[in-house]
Order: sequence, then structure tokens, then C-alpha cells
Amino acid sequence: MQVQRPKLTFWERTYIPQILKGMWITIRHLPMKKFTRMYPEEKPKLLGDYRGAPTLVKDPEGRVKCVSCQLCEFVCPPKAIRITPGFRADQAFDSNVEKEPKEFEIDMLRCIYCGYCEEVCPEEAIFLKNDFAITGYKREELRFNKQKLLELGGVQPDSIWKWKYKGAPPPGTPIGPVRDGKPVEKKAAGH
Amino acid sequence: MATRYEMEMIDSAARAHQAFEEELHGEKLIVNMGPSHPSTHGVFRMVLELDGEEITNCWPEIGFLHRGDEKIAENMTYTQFIPYTDRLDYLAPLANNVAYAYAVEKLCGIDVPVRCKYIRVICAELARISSHLLGIGAMSMDIGAMTVFLYTFKQRELIYDLCETICGARLTTSYTRIGGLANDMPESFIPMCRKFIADLPATIDETDKLLTRNKIFIERNKDIAVLSREDAINYGATGPILRGSGVEHDLRKANPYGGYENFQFDIPTGTVGDCMDRYLVRMEEMRQSIRIIQQALDSMPGGEWNAPEAKIVLPEKQAVLTKMEELIHHFINVTQGINAPVGEVYFGAENPKGELGFYIVSKGGGTPHRLKIRAPSFVNLQLVPLLCKGHMMSDTVAILGSLDFVMGECDR
Ligand code: SF4
Ligand code: SF4
Repeated sequence: MQVQRPKLTFWERTYIPQILKGMWITIRHLPMKKFTRMYPEEKPKLLGDYRGAPTLVKDPEGRVKCVSCQLCEFVCPPKAIRITPGFRADQAFDSNVEKEPKEFEIDMLRCIYCGYCEEVCPEEAIFLKNDFAITGYKREELRFNKQKLLELGGVQPDSIWKWKYKGAPPPGTPIGPVRDGKPVEKKAAGH
Repeated sequence: MATRYEMEMIDSAARAHQAFEEELHGEKLIVNMGPSHPSTHGVFRMVLELDGEEITNCWPEIGFLHRGDEKIAENMTYTQFIPYTDRLDYLAPLANNVAYAYAVEKLCGIDVPVRCKYIRVICAELARISSHLLGIGAMSMDIGAMTVFLYTFKQRELIYDLCETICGARLTTSYTRIGGLANDMPESFIPMCRKFIADLPATIDETDKLLTRNKIFIERNKDIAVLSREDAINYGATGPILRGSGVEHDLRKANPYGGYENFQFDIPTGTVGDCMDRYLVRMEEMRQSIRIIQQALDSMPGGEWNAPEAKIVLPEKQAVLTKMEELIHHFINVTQGINAPVGEVYFGAENPKGELGFYIVSKGGGTPHRLKIRAPSFVNLQLVPLLCKGHMMSDTVAILGSLDFVMGECDR
């Protein structure tokens, strides 16, 4: 298929119709709804599962879900995660969990928000939240430590209670991963 | 009596270039264009030798954005490299993801389900539209038609919204995985995408009305930088540049991959091979992409979106959380990566800018021994000296605009 090269008529060569046509198109755009947004005041509505800042979550009973298996540290392409593994100080919740991270650092300046950490975590302990505007005055400020990450992450409803019930969920719990309190459907089905 | 001015050039890099030439012409002027010139679409530098307004010689300089992506690839698993492919042609990250995934799948000899192929086709075509909208918008802005840029960017914003819906990121999509996709296409994507492709022709028509029969636009583009059929082939040009010169070559038809053989579409070609033809080819390609997306949405099959390859694709999260075997499997797949066979493959995909190829040498295991990226912009940029010579200084912006390169991919 060959593209048609325009052949201008005499009238078009005077450029007058083109000016009128251009004016007409731009004028038609004037009454249209404004498309731009006054950004810092007017926040965009995020669509889908937005991949923002990675955060650590606790389960509803207050246990840090991460067991410092270091899989996320391994997979992170820009090596933004640093984990110092340690044993759980408080074994009161139940003795099935032995480990939790002593320190967990994510360098937000290195992180590329790829979501691999969330994808590989076998404990559903790390989640990418909707926070997209991460700023600071110093580099150190943007190296988020465990405490800060847990603060950002908050509590994540648990549907499986992997360690508490060892496989059998309590009756009546919704099956499937949850995100921001709502069940995530697209990842639950299929392979 | 005419007065003669002696000009002192301060830029030593420019002087060095001049000194390489055997003949030193006192009257010729060396001008640096870039690396931070708005029309060079990134960090691209051209040293132009001018005789008055006419360009007598031109040395393009690249490498300002070199990150060493090919070397980085040797030190990580195949899956971990996917985010880096976003950053090649950052105007069409989805298309890069798709091309890379097919390359590694070719190495492993696996086939993905039809649903995955169709979703990938939609992604690649959306990326093509996005890239061409920017290419045309930026080109027309460089040569003075600012309005078009604003209208095309509005549509690009909508494409970013679609990207956000499908994979959770607007620019750094990282959507494909080896043997499948990061996640299935969400339900809300289909009506959004349908609405987008229904509205897009209006913008393309507007652009058409503003530019195609515009006398000023035609004069700035017609018979500028004519690239003959032979030169286009000899220089290895691909994409709209090759087709603009009248060669009907499109990998989607010539070497169908990823289900493209199931779709009806035409390959637009030019006749003269000037900037105007390249512009017209891009316009038509967008219309054809809309056709492809329409067909893919209409015939979207259901079912699995990941290949049934337990050694390559990560197990389902629910199973990882509850079953021991799957958990072990998950760890092995993540840490060791896919166990690729020993061998070498080349896979080229028709990206918006041309043929994006990945040449992978594998010595087995989860990391490539060597990964070469054949970036279309890199090859197409060779044409700059050939095309610029003999034209006016002010034509360079039209020429660069019509070549529509992106430095993230060229320097990689
Ligand atoms: S989102 Fe990606 S880059 Fe950021 S911490 Fe997770 S794995 Fe690393
Ligand atoms: S966040 Fe998840 S993947 Fe990372 S160390 Fe903790 S449990 Fe492992």
C-alpha cells in the first residue's frame, strides 16, 4: 500500500484555506473540557494496581510478616534492598516463626518500582503502595529503614495465616491475596 | 571591498574534528548542535560544517546516554533484565518488553498461549501509536507547528493511562515475563482501550488536516533528505524510514511472530523517500495499528496467559503460600532463573522505530553469556551525515524529526 502524497490545488497553494482550517480546529478545541491538571494541588486518580513505594506490612495481630528470606534482596534488579536477618525477639505470637529482619533498608533513590519484590515475596510481606511522590532533602532521608517501611505499609489483612494455622485458614476467611484491604482478583485466577 | 571576518572557535572538540579533515577551509563555520539542543530528542550532538547556510559536512556524536545495558544483562537473570528493556526506547517501553520476552522464549524454545500473544500485540501496537504520536508531534513542533504537539500529547497521556491500568506503571512498564505476562489484562482495560481507539482517529484526522495539506509543512519536508531505496537497504535502515523509501519490509509480515499472522493490516510505503514520505508512513501506520488493536480486542481469547512451563514461569502465589513444593519451586525459579539451553539466538521485532533485535549467546543457566541489542535508532542514525549534506542548517530539525530516533535506545 502506497501512501498518497498530497497534490495542492491552486487555492490551497495560497495558504488561505489552511489558515482558516487551522483556526477552525483550534477554536473547536477552546470549549473542550480542560485536560491538564494543576498537579500538586490536584492529585491524579491512580488506575489499576499502581506500583509506588515498596513498603513492609504487618499482619492484623501485629507481627512483621517478613521472615527475612532475602528473596526480594536477591531479585531486586538495581539492588535497592539491604536486609540484616535476625531471630524474632518476641516468640509469644506463636513459635512457628523463627526469623524476622533485624534491619530492612530500601534505598528509594535506587528503587525503580518494578514490583519484583512484591512478586517474589513468599510471605506477602512487601507491597508496593500508591505513594508516587517520594521526595527528601538528603540522600539519607530516602534510605527508608524497617521502622519507616512498616509505618508506610501499615496492617495487611491476612487470608491465609500461613504460620498461625499452618495451612488451614480459619473458616469463613476469603481466599485469595488482598491488597489495600480489597481482594486482588486478577492475580487469583489462572496460573 | 568586501570585509572579511576571522572567527575564533573556542570549542576544542569542534576544532579537533576540523583538524581531522585534510582541507581546512577558512570560510567554513563549524557549529555544534546539541547535545542539549531541543530538536535532537535527547542527548545527541552533531558537529556541522557550514558553508553559509548549507551543510557541507556533518559528524554525529552519540554515547552521552551510555549505561552499559548489554554488560548489565550479563550479570543478572533473564527476568531481572526486563526492567532494563523499558529504558531502551522509552517512548514505547511495552514494545521493548514484548520483543525481549520473545527473544528469550525463542532461546528456550517455548511458546506462549494465544491470549498472551494477543495481549502482547495490543501492547506493542499501543506502544507504536504512542511513539509515532510523539514522533510526529515533536517533528511538527520543531518545524514550527506547535499545536499538533499538544493534541498528540493529549492522546499519549491516554495511552499512559492504559499502561497504568494494565501493569501499574506509566513509563517503566516491565509488563512481560519470560513465558507470559506479569499479570493478566484487567477487565477494566478493554472498555478503556476501545474508547481510546474510537477517539484516536479524530486526533489523527486533525493532525492530518493541520499538516498534510499545509503549504508550509510541505515545503519544509518535501524533497528534503531524500533517501533512495538502495541507500536505505545498504545502511540497514528499518522501520518507517525504510518503508518511506519504498521498501515494503515489515517484520510483522515478513517474518510473522507473536500471532501477527492472524491480523489484517497493510504496510504503508512511500515513493520518494523524503521527510514527507516518512511522515505519511507514520500517519498511516497509526491507522493500521488501530485496526490491529480493534481485531485483537474483538477476538481476544480467554484462558491462560502464562505458558505451562513450571521451570520458567513462577508458580501461582496462592500455591506458594500454602504448598511446600511450590514454595521450593518458587525459590529455585527466582534465584537460579530459567535454565536456558546452550545456544545462540537472534530475534528481531518490528518496533515503532524499526527492527529491535536481541542476540543472545547462552552458555546455559539463568544468565546470558552475552546479550547484544540491535537498536533501530542506532542504525538509523548512521543516515544523518548522508541525509544532511547539501541541505540548509534549518532543515536538520526536519531531518532529525523524520528519523525519529531515541537516544535511550541508541546509546543503551
Ligand atoms: S520495586 Fe523493584 S527496585 Fe524497588 S525494591 Fe522492589 S524489587 Fe527493588
Ligand atoms: S519481604 Fe518477603 S521476600 Fe523479602 S525478605 Fe521478607 S519475606 Fe523474604
